[in-house]
Amino acid sequence: MTPRIADIWVYLSASPLLGLTLTLVAYQAAYWIYQRAGFNPLLNPVLLAIAMLVTALQVTGTPYATYFDGAQFVHFLLGPATVALAVPLYLQFDRLKKLALPLAGALLAGSVTAIVSAVGIAWLLGAADATLLSVAPKSVTAPIAMGIAEKIGGIPSLTAVLVIMTGVSGAMMAKYVLDALRITDHGVRGFAVGIAAHGIGTARAFQVSEQAGAFAGLGMGLNGLVTAILMPLLLTLWRLI
Amino acid sequence: MLGALTVLLVFQLIGEVIVQLAGLPIPGPVIGLLLLFLGLCVRGGLAMPLRDTANGILQHLSLLFVPAGVGVMVHFARVSGEWLPILTAVLVSTALAIAVSALVMRALMRGASDDGEEREPAGRDGA
Repeated sequence: MTPRIADIWVYLSASPLLGLTLTLVAYQAAYWIYQRAGFNPLLNPVLLAIAMLVTALQVTGTPYATYFDGAQFVHFLLGPATVALAVPLYLQFDRLKKLALPLAGALLAGSVTAIVSAVGIAWLLGAADATLLSVAPKSVTAPIAMGIAEKIGGIPSLTAVLVIMTGVSGAMMAKYVLDALRITDHGVRGFAVGIAAHGIGTARAFQVSEQAGAFAGLGMGLNGLVTAILMPLLLTLWRLI
Repeated sequence: MLGALTVLLVFQLIGEVIVQLAGLPIPGPVIGLLLLFLGLCVRGGLAMPLRDTANGILQHLSLLFVPAGVGVMVHFARVSGEWLPILTAVLVSTALAIAVSALVMRALMRGASDDGEEREPAGRDGA
């Protein structure tokens, strides 16, 4: 029977069905664990699903490109999902209007903190120049971050890894950081997570409440714009010092 | 559902076209988000199917990051070379960015006339 199973495997590996199905199965298994644990942020479903899939690909020796042939159908939905963030944003519009100044202040402070502290810490610990430039836009949603990294001389593919690490770690630690600071307002909590941990942080915020999610989506989008504008300015400053 | 999905894709498409034409450093879907938001403000209302579809997609936003996250595997060697500075920078800087954003916003809200504290019924366990 072994040759037949091998034949089936060869057939399945060449079709997008396997990558797509595996992604959905792994995510639902991860989500089930997350749910059973009372939505404990440390059991982040993105992290769990990635760990399961990476293990499966490595055990079977499947290249990422083969997997992505199927997974791209899920990946594609990031576009319409980003557009869909307009809906919760619109539903929170009354509150957002009243909070224009606090939002602008938090955005600017958070954006600068994310960039300067990441570069500063990596520099103190002796990271190479290309690594410093790759870590600088780490809090921004992946497509913007990779564009920024490319422009300032970082390595876009390294930035992509750092962006995912930032999003997952932000989604895992936000509750503890915000609880320690006694921040109770879901708008403030969400906005901070969106600024620091982009889409993965926003996904976590939506699992908590629609208001947190709406503010997180706003923080993510605005920080993308602000970082793209601030980065060249900060870089010029850095080179002057 | 189908209509709402079409609306989302049309706005994404318009966003992509604008980005390409204007050479903006911003992804097309972010422009699509802004345009749909403006559209909803002008229209002054939200159709139920769009609300349901948007909520449906956003409830499982986490899923959509999984394929890109698996790509980490491909570039793992890059991180492992300088894992200490990279891991420290990412973790500490992310915590600082969350803390500073939240503290600055709360400080500025004390001046503003918002009664938002505790307005949202407590979600499961905070963002």
